[in-house]
Amino acid sequence: MKFKKKGLALSVMMSAGLLLAACGGDKEPEAEKPVDEGTATDTPSNEVLSVAMVTDTGGVDDKSFNQSAWKGITEYGEANGLERGDGGYDYLPSTKEADFKPNLNNLVRRDFDIVFGIGYLMDDAIKEIASQKPDTNFVIVDSEVEGDNVASVMFKEQEGAFLAGVAAALTTETDKIGFVGGMDIPVIKRFEAGFIEGVKAINPDIKVDVQYVASFTDAALGKGAASRMYASGADIVFHAAGGAGVGVFAEAKELKKASPDKNFWVIGVDSDQYEEGKVDENTNVTLTSMLKRVDVAVTDITERANKGEFPGGETLVYGLEDEGVILADSRGAISEEVLAKVAEFEAKIASGEIEVPEEPVK
Amino acid sequence: MKSKFNSKSILVPLISIVLGLLIGAIIMWLSGYDAIKGYVALWNGIFGDAYAMGETVRQIAPYILAGLAVAFAFRTGLFNIGVEGQLLVGWFAAAYVGTTFELPTIIHLPLALLAAAAAGALWAFLPGLLKATLQVHEVIVTIMMNYIALHVVNALIKASSGTYKTETIHDSASLRSPFLEQLTDYSTLHYGFIVAILMVIFMWFLLERTKTGFELKAVGFNDHASQYAGMNVKKNIIVSMMISGGFAGLAGAMEGLGTFGYITESTDFTGIGFDGIAVALLGANTPIGVLFGAILFGSLKYGSLNMPNAAGVPIEIVSIVIALIIFFVASGYIIRVFLEKMSKKKEAK
Repeated sequence: MKFKKKGLALSVMMSAGLLLAACGGDKEPEAEKPVDEGTATDTPSNEVLSVAMVTDTGGVDDKSFNQSAWKGITEYGEANGLERGDGGYDYLPSTKEADFKPNLNNLVRRDFDIVFGIGYLMDDAIKEIASQKPDTNFVIVDSEVEGDNVASVMFKEQEGAFLAGVAAALTTETDKIGFVGGMDIPVIKRFEAGFIEGVKAINPDIKVDVQYVASFTDAALGKGAASRMYASGADIVFHAAGGAGVGVFAEAKELKKASPDKNFWVIGVDSDQYEEGKVDENTNVTLTSMLKRVDVAVTDITERANKGEFPGGETLVYGLEDEGVILADSRGAISEEVLAKVAEFEAKIASGEIEVPEEPVK
Repeated sequence: MKSKFNSKSILVPLISIVLGLLIGAIIMWLSGYDAIKGYVALWNGIFGDAYAMGETVRQIAPYILAGLAVAFAFRTGLFNIGVEGQLLVGWFAAAYVGTTFELPTIIHLPLALLAAAAAGALWAFLPGLLKATLQVHEVIVTIMMNYIALHVVNALIKASSGTYKTETIHDSASLRSPFLEQLTDYSTLHYGFIVAILMVIFMWFLLERTKTGFELKAVGFNDHASQYAGMNVKKNIIVSMMISGGFAGLAGAMEGLGTFGYITESTDFTGIGFDGIAVALLGANTPIGVLFGAILFGSLKYGSLNMPNAAGVPIEIVSIVIALIIFFVASGYIIRVFLEKMSKKKEAK
């Protein structure tokens, strides 16, 4: 019974295939060859390793997390004389979660030596495919996946966010600060926890308004959250919301344009988001950005792997001390005294004097 | 799509697909990409190997069911735009039953499927009831029910699991199978396509071979006449919406029990439900037509993933090209009119 159905399905598929084949007819065959050859070219394994990444749904130009990872991969490729494409370096974009597995699989099939999965949401997909394809090395960023061919990359976001909190608390004039989170997942919780602790370390009376928008892509939601926060008196908003954070910048820029005398600061995340905050030549709403140097991690891992020391089965944690998280150049937005204070706390965290919690203290 | 089978019924879709491909190629060339390479990548993305075919069939299954949901409502004179919402509640119900209970497969899997269908049917019941009793237009109600579903489901995920996604369902409720994975080189292909094809047959049987189906169609053609003929129009409207919702719920089960095995919070709709409208219209609202519409849609959707992969065409251009192809297939009417004019001219001569 089951077999009959399957037969039907197959024949339906085939006939559809024939139909499409007939239409494309005259162009297809001539071009089919080069592509096949292309996928078959292998880089010899003792050469520089080829790397590729799969973005999460934010896309490679999210001005944030994925972009930082792609920057790392591009730099690696250019430094080692690789070209974009098979045997070199490349990325595949995901538009929805269902794309993760096919994208990862496609890269494995194109014989990349190391495949990066960017983002916590991809951990199930990496787990499954890494166990099916033991000959490829995988890296998951922001989550821990077991397996000899998987290296997990984690960041101490709380440490960087702590410094952002210190800077914010010393800069605010209204004693109200906002935090816009993407999805309510452990990695974003670490941002929140560190940020609140940093603010408290300066002034426990400052109110931090926390809102999660349940999206890393929908800028409208980020804009709505920021609008509410600024309206209720906040003058600094820190976002850890990927593409949704673009809306936070949009709102701040609009408000700044309408009333240039008031402050509507944004603290960016992951990449240096200075460009995002540009209102005009002389005005910028970006206070600073909390850099999460995915590119540093990418470079570190690829270099190790090239020496034949791919850290499979290990979890690598990048914090302040290895410059995995750090505040971006504020370009004068933060005063010298505040920066001195931030540097003070930075030293304390690096020396272990202050330990920043990973989860918000309730 | 009806039984009138002549040269035109093949010629029209053929010409439309070729036109779509041509315009798509021009767009690719204009933006500086190799169109032939792009289409070869599309082709290989769909039929390239066992893995690609497995994923393609996996993608087609929910489109079939979403298409059936829209088509069924259409046949009975109703426009169900709420497939998306019904799909989401079905997805959640399937994942919930899949994670909460521990039962043998023979009970667990059907139970999870039934739960999905029931959830979808329930979500469609309200629009049906309002339409039948108060003549509230189902289009408005179903659109609004989509938003309600999206956020209710998000809240339910949070409440039932404490985090942004449910646990993975037990194997006993899963549609996936090691056999299919082996057959297709570890694709996510699952037995959902069998469920989908069974539903195609079920819809055909219901509409063409049963009294209920006849009544439902009759109400769709002319509800006043149906009432005069002694049919219960109100009941038929509600039943029709619920069956339609049931198909949609099953489409959600494809994702919940097959492709993913869990459900995550989401700010966006899946898009499958909306694409279902196009699938139904492409298929002229007949079960077999929906099957072909879904094959076209699913293949293009999945295969297009390979265009950035193998040909380096950016995903944005790919979306435009795929939309163009579907656009031309859907506007087959224009080509039909054109062909008729041509043949009339010939006759005149």
